[in-house]
Amino acid sequence: MAGSAPDKEEQNQMATQVSSENVEKVIFDGMVELGTERDELSREATLEDLDVDSLDLVELAQIVEDEFGVELRGDDVKDVKTVGEVINLVVSKAG
Amino acid sequence: MTRRVVITGVGAVTPLGVGSDALIDRWSAGECGIADGAGRCREFEPLDFLSKKEARRSDRFAQLAVVSAAEALAQAGFAEELPYEAHRVGCVVGTGIGGLPSLEENQRKLIERGEKAVSPLAVPLMMGNAAAAAVAMRHQLHGPCYGVVSACAAGAHALGDASRIIRAGDADAVISGGAEAAITGVATAAFGAMEATSPTGISRPFDARRDGFVIGEGAGILVLEEKAAAEARGAEILGELLGYGATCDGFHLTAPQPEGTEAARAIGLALSDAGRTAVDVDYVNAHGTSTPLNDRSETVALKAALGERAGDVPVSSTKSAVGHLLGAAGAVEAIATVESLRRRVAPPTVGWEEAEEGLDLDYVPGVAKPIENGDGPLLAISNSFGFGGHNAVLCLEA
Repeated sequence: MAGSAPDKEEQNQMATQVSSENVEKVIFDGMVELGTERDELSREATLEDLDVDSLDLVELAQIVEDEFGVELRGDDVKDVKTVGEVINLVVSKAG
Repeated sequence: MTRRVVITGVGAVTPLGVGSDALIDRWSAGECGIADGAGRCREFEPLDFLSKKEARRSDRFAQLAVVSAAEALAQAGFAEELPYEAHRVGCVVGTGIGGLPSLEENQRKLIERGEKAVSPLAVPLMMGNAAAAAVAMRHQLHGPCYGVVSACAAGAHALGDASRIIRAGDADAVISGGAEAAITGVATAAFGAMEATSPTGISRPFDARRDGFVIGEGAGILVLEEKAAAEARGAEILGELLGYGATCDGFHLTAPQPEGTEAARAIGLALSDAGRTAVDVDYVNAHGTSTPLNDRSETVALKAALGERAGDVPVSSTKSAVGHLLGAAGAVEAIATVESLRRRVAPPTVGWEEAEEGLDLDYVPGVAKPIENGDGPLLAISNSFGFGGHNAVLCLEA
């Protein structure tokens, strides 16, 4: 049917558009889900200050991959210090 | 000098409520926490006690252990600051199964959505030592720390091991007990399939109508300390873990040895370890599962181990009030035992009404009764027997 919304299968295959804003939203929401307080979140906040450790990062990587199809490995994030760097990394890997 | 082991803190989360007082007060009043055929900790809300992150990183059995430990450590005066060097404080927590809910959830994700859906937390959530690890992490304990796995005897084995660690001089205090939260689809179906659980959903140990155990969940954690050190720091001593006996039936995967020979020997070992004999026993906290086989063989074992004394001693089962807490049972029952002795009251075997031939001990039917023996400290044994034929018996004084 012309003009109809894409069916469910097509929707699933369409990765969310990888804009910096979209990635920020997904990562912020993901971090809140993992236990970070939303009002502590900013791009400048360091992972250390937010008490985000290696286990959080692998869970976050899982969320990112689900959402954007971007695969992050442990090596990719080992030197990342701030939330903004995580967001930039996802955007750059998607590009 | 012989090192002795005292109890300076207790904490529990059980189907009777959050806290060790809820356990002993409600059980002594003859209340039962079982509903809809299971002993769930319905009053337990993890986020009342744990941060969102702590809760996400612990399966329910570990959450129950952490909250029970917090209560025990606060009572012992460990909460603000440990009274010993952290490397002199250990942590040994038993479980029958471990993080079964996490295992089942991740198995479902694997089947439905593939490998990439499996959580990176799955292993640390499900591992049997997760409760010990979570308690040690929260309180930054650096002494010997591990889980103990021996089905329904795990809580008692953990406490026995913990007491040995202190006696051997490897630690001055050990945070120890048991935790279980396995009221899941697989566990419920499996226990049902082997006809171990009660089809009527009623836990009535030693009653002629008993038809299986009722699955429960919960945790019990005790602070065990070396006696002289506890006295030196002026701690309130709740009781003493005087003796421990452990044996194995080596007989059948699930059924107890009908003559209770090895169970009786474990009782004897616990008493001799305590330097006491059968005539000194004032109260028995039975394993009393409400299965046809256990309650019969346990009665036989008690008669063999205690001789004539068996007929004079009140014998009651905590499982009549909370169901079978599997790997947490031995620890929760050790707490119930110590608190019973402190109150000098034997809580009832709730729901016991009909005698069966040969099951003729004083099972404390109906209501709690005083434990009579002068004004001095009272002595009890607490039995725990697990699938695999594992027998662990604690001898406690308070």
